[in-house]
Amino acid sequence: MNAVEFQGVGKRFDEWVFRDVDLALPNERTTALVGPSGCGKTTLLQLVNAVQRPDQGVVEVFGEPVPETGLVPFRRRFGYAVQGAGLFPHMTIADNVGLVARLEGWSPDAIRARRRELLDIVGLSEALDGRYPHQLSGGQQQRVGLCRALMLKPRMLLLDEPFAGVDPITRADLYPEFEQLRDHEEVTTLLVTHDVAEAQRLADHLVVMGGGGVVQAGPIDEVIAAPRNAFVRDLLASAL
Amino acid sequence: MKRLIPLALLAVCVPAFAAAQPIVVASKNFNESYILGEVVAQLLEREGFAVDRKLGLGGTKICYDALAVGDVDVYVEYTGTIAEAIKDLDGESTLARLADAVAPDGIEMLPPLGFNNTYAIALAPAVAASRNLRTISDLVPHGDLRVAVSHEFLERNDGWPGLTAIYGFDWTPTGIEHALAYQAIADGAIDGTDAYSTDGELSRDGLVVLADDRGFFPAYLAVPLVRAALDPRAKAVIALIGGTLTDAEMRDMNAAALGGADTATVAADYVARKGLGGGAGPRRVDADGFWSRLAGNTARHLQLVAYALVPATLVAVLLGVAIFKVAWLARGAVYLAGLLQTIPSIALLALLIPLTGIGVLPAVVALFLYALLPILRNTVTALTGIDPTLRRVALAMGLKPAQELRYVFVPLAMPSIVAGVRTAAVISIGTATLAAFIGAGGLGDPIVKGLSLNDTTLILEGAVPAALLAILTELTFEAIERLLTPGHLRAAASTS
Ligand SMILES: Nc1ncnc2c1ncn2[C@@H]1O[C@H](COP(=O)(O)OP(=O)(O)OP(=O)(O)O)[C@@H](O)[C@H]1O
Ligand SMILES: [Mg+2]
Repeated sequence: MNAVEFQGVGKRFDEWVFRDVDLALPNERTTALVGPSGCGKTTLLQLVNAVQRPDQGVVEVFGEPVPETGLVPFRRRFGYAVQGAGLFPHMTIADNVGLVARLEGWSPDAIRARRRELLDIVGLSEALDGRYPHQLSGGQQQRVGLCRALMLKPRMLLLDEPFAGVDPITRADLYPEFEQLRDHEEVTTLLVTHDVAEAQRLADHLVVMGGGGVVQAGPIDEVIAAPRNAFVRDLLASAL
Repeated sequence: MKRLIPLALLAVCVPAFAAAQPIVVASKNFNESYILGEVVAQLLEREGFAVDRKLGLGGTKICYDALAVGDVDVYVEYTGTIAEAIKDLDGESTLARLADAVAPDGIEMLPPLGFNNTYAIALAPAVAASRNLRTISDLVPHGDLRVAVSHEFLERNDGWPGLTAIYGFDWTPTGIEHALAYQAIADGAIDGTDAYSTDGELSRDGLVVLADDRGFFPAYLAVPLVRAALDPRAKAVIALIGGTLTDAEMRDMNAAALGGADTATVAADYVARKGLGGGAGPRRVDADGFWSRLAGNTARHLQLVAYALVPATLVAVLLGVAIFKVAWLARGAVYLAGLLQTIPSIALLALLIPLTGIGVLPAVVALFLYALLPILRNTVTALTGIDPTLRRVALAMGLKPAQELRYVFVPLAMPSIVAGVRTAAVISIGTATLAAFIGAGGLGDPIVKGLSLNDTTLILEGAVPAALLAILTELTFEAIERLLTPGHLRAAASTS
């Protein structure tokens, strides 16, 4: 079974962003989604956790179509992290990470244990729990963002350029930490990125978007070895 | 529709002993009106009636409307004002015609008190004596005199233009601010001016009032207006004053008040001297000491502000939260609140009287309306200004709308909301001084009285505590803001 299946999916705002997208994201793998700016990567990502609704076709997640109602519990089945981390500035690190678990009714002890489990993996000591986001470095904030996304043990992680805007040295530290988190949690991941090297480093599968749809998708080595057309070849070349 | 007073408010503004239904005596906010209000009130008290004073209301319309809706039982008006300003009557306005004109409003006009407070021409005594001037006709050939009249008098048909048409003046006086005219005469800068025939300054400075020998100036006879439904015994008592007050007597009383005498004391002397009413001795007037008066005014002032501010905060914040996501609604609401703000406060108060009567309620309603804008605008601006990434994250995390508000939107907007409430509070404290114009009391009371008496001490008795209250409010809100500042901003302040 695939983690996510798109069947003839289209989305329009003022005009169609993309249409007739057929796509399968393999379970327990990391899929990278690349494409030029504005081609609809963020939109496609948000169709998975029902933050956006398709105007055409069906999106299935773990064998079931995205529901019409009960969206709040549905969305909590996904982890979500974005560029710049998007931490709530008025909450401490502990509160940022623990918020949804608290709303789910977890006990304080359970929340604390889970929080420490995750933050320990990325090397953030307990001393930072009481700090506010602005008192952390950009790389530390992004680590917290990833841990927050994983708090409820989601089966799937949706990442929208989480490593963009982090300096290259820090990024080199973040990659292995992210891999440890992902492997520890055994979580299926969809990673939007504009960095093909990053995709190669972290992902098994690659989806190339452009021109109002998906141009090519498959195991990342195959796509890189055999670009379907000049668009894909140029995109991969420009980013490498 | 006459009263929209919520019970809670009613409980506060009606004193505990009000079961006896006191007679509400009102006056306008100038010396003579205060004195006449006191005369009526004290006479009623000497006859055993309970009286509630609403003296110093902000103008003719407010007094008359309050009487018409039954919030006031009696006040003293002028026949000319009834004919011109209230009823806009054409032709000759006999007493009978005026009585008929007010009757449909449930108002009865009692017999005139005696004096006529109309326009007059007054001259410096030395000038009048040396040229032997006694009447307005005598003045016509003396174009060389330095006569200065108020700008209004220079323009009005019942002022200089009409006077010229009747008496045939071939010269025109210069214009002067009325407030400065008496001082100018005393300084010898001008020789004469227009006046109201009962101005206290006339007798204080010994000015000569020229007789209106051709009967040009309209009559402004003082007449008590009472609610037709008022207890007939009370009407009979008020009618006792009829015909007892001459121009000179009224002028002397005004002069006494001008000289610093308390209006209630001036009125008490008059009632006693004339032997009006059968009760025992003059009432001990103004028994409240300075401090208890100050405390009472301040408490009432705070009450007005609090009653307006608390609901305004609730309404504005809830409204802002409810509509900020719909851009055109949010803009429209802020625009509307801004429009309310542009209505001058005295006009808003006057507009409210037919709906709410006078007193605390319209004052609170007006303050409430004025407080909406700063709070609503700050709330909406802060909420719409929240980083869209945070809104996206909150949505994707699976926060319900209420949770979004509680955990993300409201805490982030809180500093701005509190700043809006703070602005509204300070504005309210200033604006609440105007509540005295509609009998709501507060620190505006001594200010309004002081303005009419030209008594700086009395003005300061209201203005200084009002300014202190505003400062205190600023300090209080600073403390509240510090308490409510989200942790990250506090941490930011301490680490920077
Ligand atoms: N809420 C919206 N309303 C209207 N148009 C939108 C909305 N969200 C996205 N779009 C449009 O849809 C298109 C795709 O946007 P999207 O954010 O998915 O692109 P992207 O591939 O993620 O771009 P980037 O690499 O710059 O993040 C863009 O043209 C964008 O302007
Ligand atoms: Mg994007």
